[in-house]
Amino acid sequence: MIIGETPPPSGAFGVDAIAMTMRFGDFLALDNVELKVRPGSFHALLGENGAGKSTLVKCMMGYYHATEGDIIVGGREQAIANPKDAHALGLGMVYQHFTLVPAMTVAENLVLARDDVPAVVNWPKEMKELEAFLARMPFKVPLSAKVSDISAGERQKCEILKQLYLKRRFLILDEPTSVLTPAEADEVLGMLRDMVVKGELTILMITHKFREVMAFADEVTILRRGKLAGAGKVAELTPDAMARTMIGAEELTVQPPRTGEAAQARLELEKVRAIDDAGAIAVHDVSLTVRAGEIVGIAGVSGNGQRQLVEVLAGQREAESGEVRVAGDPYRASREEMRRHRMSLLPEEPLKNACVGGMSVADNIAFREFDRAPFASGGWWLNRSAFRSDARKKIGQYKIKTRTPDTPISALSGGNVQRAVLARELGGDVEVLIAANPCFGLDFAAVAQIHAEIMAARNRGAAVLLVSEDLDELLELSDRLVVMFHGEFVYEARTSEADLTVVGRHMAGH
Amino acid sequence: MADGSIGLWTVPLAVLGGAIRVSTPFLFVSLGECITERSGRINLGLEGTLVMGAMSAYGISYVTGSPWLGVLAAGITGALLGALHAGICSLPRVNDVAVGIALMLFGTGLAFYLGKPLIEPTAPRLPAIDFGWWSDIPQVRAALRVNVLFLIGVALAPILYWAFRTTRWGLLIRTAGESSDAARAMGHSVLLIRLRATMVGGFLAGIGGSFLSLFYPGSWNEGLSSGQGITAVALVIFARWDPLLCLWASLAFGGAAALGPALQSVGVTSGYHLFNAAPYILTLAIMIITCSPKRTLTGAPAELSITR
Repeated sequence: MIIGETPPPSGAFGVDAIAMTMRFGDFLALDNVELKVRPGSFHALLGENGAGKSTLVKCMMGYYHATEGDIIVGGREQAIANPKDAHALGLGMVYQHFTLVPAMTVAENLVLARDDVPAVVNWPKEMKELEAFLARMPFKVPLSAKVSDISAGERQKCEILKQLYLKRRFLILDEPTSVLTPAEADEVLGMLRDMVVKGELTILMITHKFREVMAFADEVTILRRGKLAGAGKVAELTPDAMARTMIGAEELTVQPPRTGEAAQARLELEKVRAIDDAGAIAVHDVSLTVRAGEIVGIAGVSGNGQRQLVEVLAGQREAESGEVRVAGDPYRASREEMRRHRMSLLPEEPLKNACVGGMSVADNIAFREFDRAPFASGGWWLNRSAFRSDARKKIGQYKIKTRTPDTPISALSGGNVQRAVLARELGGDVEVLIAANPCFGLDFAAVAQIHAEIMAARNRGAAVLLVSEDLDELLELSDRLVVMFHGEFVYEARTSEADLTVVGRHMAGH
Repeated sequence: MADGSIGLWTVPLAVLGGAIRVSTPFLFVSLGECITERSGRINLGLEGTLVMGAMSAYGISYVTGSPWLGVLAAGITGALLGALHAGICSLPRVNDVAVGIALMLFGTGLAFYLGKPLIEPTAPRLPAIDFGWWSDIPQVRAALRVNVLFLIGVALAPILYWAFRTTRWGLLIRTAGESSDAARAMGHSVLLIRLRATMVGGFLAGIGGSFLSLFYPGSWNEGLSSGQGITAVALVIFARWDPLLCLWASLAFGGAAALGPALQSVGVTSGYHLFNAAPYILTLAIMIITCSPKRTLTGAPAELSITR
């Protein structure tokens, strides 16, 4: 913005991005994309991972400088050189990853975000002003609590409040509800919708949840592989039509039907207790039985002990007390036990938890069996060609997109890393499968393939424990549903009989 | 000496005196490192900064005749070394711990090289304030001869504690140290914040060095620091990145370091070297007691390369 120019008038304003093209080296991230957000509207931006949604909004916020294209704010063309310029124009963004500082209080975070933080902060005065501000706002947050101590839902409210506190009138929300329960999501989006209707705010929301688009958005723009795939009024569209526009002509793996009944108990947890990195109890004496041929889903908002529970089962964390049994035998997550019981693991963030980024795809696929025949003779002499031929077979079978089996696995996209882990973990016989957020951040094709593989493993008689923050995924796959809250299992039901509102209430701890 | 009239009281008295005298460099280095680490970076080079500070303070004090100009020169030298550390670390894929070790060797080496001609001459030293005037006992008077730098350091600890909470700069440093993403999202340059924090940290560490050459022991030689800079960096960790705890930890370390000489002065000579090792034993003991493989350190800035 040119200094001295008059700021745009108060109230909601619109932003248009015209003919946006963004190149990263040889890669064309945005190709002549147009996005028009009318003043005082709730606009949804849909697209698969890698479709260019984040790149587009980052160009609007001044993080990236588009190779070509113009940004028009409130009817005037603006050169947005950096986020500060965007902020000065009244544009604000709520990121998918929280930008609050966990070790600081809510009040400190709010004051800190201002452009004019005083050299010495007068806390009593600031607190009074913050309380007055909160009184005008639709939702409340505890001002003196440390951000690390409040729930994910409160953090997301805090992020949004921060933008309103900074008097931003055009908000970009990047998947704002991914960490919220359905009820919390409805509450937050409903309140924002009210502000939009009153003409105080314009909202551009990146999402992949059609339910929220249908319920809250006025208009939608859909991107596919960096190109504009469609746009229009939500009232004139159906979720199916939007999904087809997002995916294009790509074929999705068909999920096999659910067949067979649950048999004997395979994986048993008895009063398992685990602590988190800070030493607090994260998993509080939980007991659970997973039978052969069934999928048990663990629902819950992130940060309620699911991660620590999976780490105990994966051998990444020691349980403080309690017992885990697999097929009746005590289980301590040793390699020998995992092999004997044919345990498989699909941990979250597979590149970090299940792969060595700098090693090749072939090496990563061979981790479970690398020191046994045919990969090694005598337990120490490795046969590289066996690694490669096995990897080639699995790369074809699991549709892993990699240049060669010798490419470092960190060079692959998220979906293909997860496919490689899938090939390793589900390539042989599976008796117990533990999966944690296996589809987080993946595109439709990868999600469909992973869901199909999990269902197929169940049908072959594996006991599957599926931990997920995505309730739709759990409802689709699991036979039984358990809700985890504050380290405890607070609700259990057959999925076919589960009531979504009751599940949501338990996720929020009511 | 007033014979053995105070007898074994010499020991706690000497430990107290030692705590005040020996702790000053620990205090300055640890407060400086506290600022640097709260911004999300570790500067292990402060040992080199300390020695460079000692050398330059002694040199400037000798040339100009003013010990206070020496202190200032030591601070500036430290800030420059801090800028060098931060500058190298702001390049992509550079590890701050490795750079710190390199700068530690660079700083000590350079100081020995430049300081060769300073071993002989005597420079004007910093004055001390006599808080023991009310006592006739020479040991008490010796213990309570307090240097102004110590008082500045003691005042600095609560000031920093306050500043981290209530000033713009304190909040920005903590943000950079706790979440560089958050700092960037607010439009702040994390590298710039860390550059400044590392320079201030170096400035304080340099002043800590000037105390060594200008007050206690009060001369320039190559064995001056013997690892005090590195010990002070460790001290920040078990002071949990809290400036007030840095003060207490520095005093405890000073006291422990004075234990050996104090016992020797009352005639306990067996195990002299063992008692001299007291600060290091203390370091190990505290580390073992406070660390656990199962949990991360509480209070550790989240962006620090050792906690990530």
